[in-house]
Amino acid sequence: MEFFKIRRDIPFMRHALAFNVISLLTFLLAVGFLAARGLNFSIEFTGGTVLEVSYEHPADIEPIRKTLEQKGYNDFSVQNFGSARDILIRMPLKPGQESAALSRAVMEALTAQDRSASLKRVEFVGPQVGRELAENGALALLVTSIGIVLYLALRFEWKFGVAAVIANLHDVVIILGFFAFFQWEFSLPVLAAILAVLGYSVNESVVVADRIRENFRKMRKASVTQIIDNAITRTMSRTIITHGSTQAAVLAMLIFGGAALHYFAVALTIGILFGIYSSVLVMAPIVRWLGVRREDLVKPVRDRKEEAVV
Amino acid sequence: MNRYPLWTYILVALAIVLGLLYTLPNFFGEAPAVQVSSAKATLKVDAAVLARVEDTLKKSGISPTGLYHDANSIKVRLADTDTQLKAKDLINQSLNPDPLNPSYTVALNLLSRSPSWLTAIHALPMYLGLDLRGGVHFLLQVDMKAALTKRLDALAGDARTQLRDKSIRHAGIAREPSGVVIRFRDAETRAKARKLIEDQLPDLLLVESGDGADLRLTGTIKPEAQKRTQEFALKQNIQTLHNRINELGVAEPVIQQQGADRVVVQLPGVQDTAKAKEILGRTATLEIRMVDEENMNAAALAAAAQGQVPFGDEFYVERNGQPLLVKKQVVLTGDRLTDAQPGFDSQTQEPAVNMTLDGAGARIFRDVTREAVGKRMAILLFEKGKGEVVTAPVIRTEIGGGRVQISGRMSTVEANDTALLLRAGSLAAPMEIVEERTIGPSLGAENIKKGFNSTIYGFAAIAAFMVVYYAVFGMFSVIALSTNLLFLLAMLSLLQATLTLPGIAAIALTLGMAIDANVLINERIREELRGGATPQAAIHAGYERAFGTIIDSNITSLIAGLALLIFGSGPVRGFAVVHVLGLFTSIFSAVVVSRSIANLTYGSRRRLERIAIGNTTWK
Repeated sequence: MEFFKIRRDIPFMRHALAFNVISLLTFLLAVGFLAARGLNFSIEFTGGTVLEVSYEHPADIEPIRKTLEQKGYNDFSVQNFGSARDILIRMPLKPGQESAALSRAVMEALTAQDRSASLKRVEFVGPQVGRELAENGALALLVTSIGIVLYLALRFEWKFGVAAVIANLHDVVIILGFFAFFQWEFSLPVLAAILAVLGYSVNESVVVADRIRENFRKMRKASVTQIIDNAITRTMSRTIITHGSTQAAVLAMLIFGGAALHYFAVALTIGILFGIYSSVLVMAPIVRWLGVRREDLVKPVRDRKEEAVV
Repeated sequence: MNRYPLWTYILVALAIVLGLLYTLPNFFGEAPAVQVSSAKATLKVDAAVLARVEDTLKKSGISPTGLYHDANSIKVRLADTDTQLKAKDLINQSLNPDPLNPSYTVALNLLSRSPSWLTAIHALPMYLGLDLRGGVHFLLQVDMKAALTKRLDALAGDARTQLRDKSIRHAGIAREPSGVVIRFRDAETRAKARKLIEDQLPDLLLVESGDGADLRLTGTIKPEAQKRTQEFALKQNIQTLHNRINELGVAEPVIQQQGADRVVVQLPGVQDTAKAKEILGRTATLEIRMVDEENMNAAALAAAAQGQVPFGDEFYVERNGQPLLVKKQVVLTGDRLTDAQPGFDSQTQEPAVNMTLDGAGARIFRDVTREAVGKRMAILLFEKGKGEVVTAPVIRTEIGGGRVQISGRMSTVEANDTALLLRAGSLAAPMEIVEERTIGPSLGAENIKKGFNSTIYGFAAIAAFMVVYYAVFGMFSVIALSTNLLFLLAMLSLLQATLTLPGIAAIALTLGMAIDANVLINERIREELRGGATPQAAIHAGYERAFGTIIDSNITSLIAGLALLIFGSGPVRGFAVVHVLGLFTSIFSAVVVSRSIANLTYGSRRRLERIAIGNTTWK
């Protein structure tokens, strides 16, 4: 079986401008959503208490909300979590409030209302921990980006490093844009997914860059555009199959992983889909515009050696 | 050209055998067990206790399926949960005759069913995190500022005592926000005082200020002493938490330092957060009182044992079984104790415990001991409103200077334990819960199932696709991917890294990403074939050329993984550990294992006409 029987190189670079305009638009859109709506941070970042309560029968949200309001709580949210029988209650931080006392009081109220209510999970995060987590998350993103630029600069050339990181940070912003637009909960696992995707989609850029370097050696008369087109076309099959496989694993997580892994898998899905596009079709035009040349990648000494062999 | 030297095959085979061996314990499941551990720092779980447990079970006709004794606990594996509950009650009755004052913690636990020879080679099942097995997780922040304030208060008191002992006249000692401020009327006295304090209290950094008749000496804690104080506070708090958690009867509590000022407490299986918190927050106090010598005769002691305690006294039994009448009046409380360390008596070379009291405590202690030479004093530890006599030594001389030594009739171990007990009685600094997580056991089981299903179905989908698309080489890839999973599980079991739900997600994701290497190789081989290479040359070139790319792409993933490992905490770290381990196992399995299989299958054939890697004839 063979999906991609492409005989001639697809002239990707001819449409480079179009790709870049698309990228820029989605990027700006994502930034716009982030600015306008902001991220719906989980309590891990904001601090607060989350209670997951399970019922023996489908739970009615409205009476639960009323019960809690009667108890004098405000500014909380109740929603279904994973199934109709499970609900999630989120409460913001209040100074001087004990998390154990809070969860006990809430559970007393809920069991008084419905005896089948049982507590599955409580999470409480204090304010300083949340701030630290957000700081560390940003720091991890920064270190990863710098690390990747440095590695690609060493292994290939700085132009590839810069292009790959621009392409992949653009993915990160787009994932964040999705989370802002739909107001999906942005939790620690989502952050982990984003960083994993960042490391992973750089792979595509690496594979393409590898090919470009090889082509510079092999296709001595070709223009830079031809070389890049050829590199993308030749690696396309692999790119799509690899991403398909990873997406299969993520899809299994999306279907079977339940509520706890839901947004983790969603972030990975967006990351993988945009990764295919951006790490190839955003990176390559940037590399070209940064003015990549044969001399950048092919060391003269090594060149001569290869000539002698051929 | 597609042959590996024999040692490579042996290496791969060995890796697979080891992988199987260390993954094996995960398949045996868990059996109900009863765990006995010491509830008191001074008690050790030794062979004698083991014998008692065995004896108790034998008498009741319960035959355990396994008995294990390690450094801190005895674990009894039992056939079913009914026997487990029965055995727990029996062991509890036998080891703790007084239920109000238990000496041992008897807890229900789960033990791996894997045979003991596996346990002997340290092949254990993966260590499951709280989100998979249920339990309580606390992150406590130690208030270091309070610890330093307390230390500075103690130093101010010490300075006062020192100056008075040496009759150096000062115009007042005050604790101000900036530190300890001592005022003097003339420079000469100040210089004398400075010299004395520098000698006696090296932890203080002294700065002179003021002029005329208002001369000042301001003392602050030196940075290195600050660091020491904070480390000590953290250590003591952890020790106190240990002692308290022992009472909860948790089978495998985790109490660890995190960062410079935080403590993680994890209590698997505990559901009642309120009770756990109450116990963590409780304070234990140390009290020093005098023994009522006048009533220490056989008749009074016998009467006291019957409940007729003389007025103003309390009846206690020493740890060695000696009855004791102690006055109710308290001489000193643990607040005055700044440190307790095990050591040796300088004259008799007997094991001893050296306690350090603060200034005020030292003064009281000196006054009391001067009047009571030859009498006995009792050191009591109060917890949950119940007291226990730690030791009741005879006062030999007047003790000044705040350094108190308890010695006599003590082994080195006992001295260690007593020091620990004295130190651990109370918290060195207040703690605050900054993070809490409670996960019900049903949710844990659900999470395992969901994570497992995601991994299996993801794997199945990838395997099916690879075999259909790449034929025999797809099979090679699937075998390589299976060994990858095997190695990853074996590594996690071997390292006993905590497996969490994000960790399981990382396993699933690793499999999805690891196939990349195989796809790269297979695509390369196809391309070489299309380019007209012979099958053998194509296999060779495919593996060789793909190798560089595989390394490059895994290194970028590794950079992200390491950043997550360094900066991540909680769920992110659980993910990162598996992710990073997975990258290493992926490289090995994709490059070495899959090539070994390909070499083994095709390498020895001289005339290889074609290889099954899917249709490549379109060109």
